[in-house]
Amino acid sequence: MRKRIKAVAVCVGIALTAPASAQEELNFDAYREMLADGNPAELYEMEGEELWRTARGPNNATLEQCDLGLGAGVVAGAAAQLPRYFEDAGRVQDIETRLMYCMETLQGIPSKEIIDGKFLQGERAKLAALVAYVVTHSKGEKIAIDLSHPKVKEMYELGERTFYYRLGVMDFSCASCHSQDGKRIRATQLPNITTREGAAEGWGSWPAYRVSSSQFWTMQHRLWDCFRQQRAAEPIFGSDVIIALSTFMAGKGNGIEAKWPGVKR
Amino acid sequence: MASPMRIRAAAKDGVTEVRVLMSHVMETGQRKDSAGEVIPAHFITELTAKHNDKLVLSAEFGPSVSTNPYLAFKFKGGEKGDKITVSWVDNKGDSRTDEAQIA
Repeated sequence: MRKRIKAVAVCVGIALTAPASAQEELNFDAYREMLADGNPAELYEMEGEELWRTARGPNNATLEQCDLGLGAGVVAGAAAQLPRYFEDAGRVQDIETRLMYCMETLQGIPSKEIIDGKFLQGERAKLAALVAYVVTHSKGEKIAIDLSHPKVKEMYELGERTFYYRLGVMDFSCASCHSQDGKRIRATQLPNITTREGAAEGWGSWPAYRVSSSQFWTMQHRLWDCFRQQRAAEPIFGSDVIIALSTFMAGKGNGIEAKWPGVKR
Repeated sequence: MASPMRIRAAAKDGVTEVRVLMSHVMETGQRKDSAGEVIPAHFITELTAKHNDKLVLSAEFGPSVSTNPYLAFKFKGGEKGDKITVSWVDNKGDSRTDEAQIA
């Protein structure tokens, strides 16, 4: 009897240690470092910079007067402080929705076109390039969103609720995959977003270029895909639920350096 | 017209390291679109790099190279301020040439 118990104990021991060693083998940090040297997100950044300065849309205007929160036309450091509450728009906006607002108000490009559009296509693809441009100018900045603002705080709390809210046919929540250390989907390690470091890692590494699909994804795109992967209803582009989750992640990761734009497998 | 390349070159201890990021679809000709039609091949076939007017690298590229290729190489010589010129030609006859100075 005692022998059998011992045998069981040994089995449990193996089962517990196996994932740990597998994870060491699946260390992609070195690979990611190599990729980061020639991150093709730079190509999108160049396109975005061009778009920022080019007069476009029905108003034939540039985005150079766009206020990203630090004053009209100030790009440096702006992304690190988003999402934030904007008086003129009357809502909390992230990078995408703020740029979309500028495109509508300055250039006359209707937001509806982007909201109803598809990822990686048309105006939404152009918006992604602009995001690449804006975040690159906050590279290495510490995440610093203003949680003292009541509207931002409200969004943060809504985001936290959304994070733990189980939904869809598989009864998943964001927390199902992102509330423990050392979890992964296939070879992709998942940050534990309930911790400060994990939240900053998640928030600060998107938008990113995905090498395997040669695509540049913004945070709106990433989060939309999280919902899709959970078999939940797909969120509307720029809707409050995405901004709330973004505010939650950014707020939790406040004070930690962002690594924008990221590069992923 | 093709999009610009991003070229960075740095000289150190008599060796220059050049890093080039190209913007190209690099379509293999093996893929099909959602309608089942073959997407025509479109990839870089030749690439050359010059230090001032001297050829330092000549390469043949093919469909196995990834989208938005990244290339890094080193050559002996090169001084700060020298000109590096990188050119490519693809199978559709498109081409692109960009320049950078050694830092």
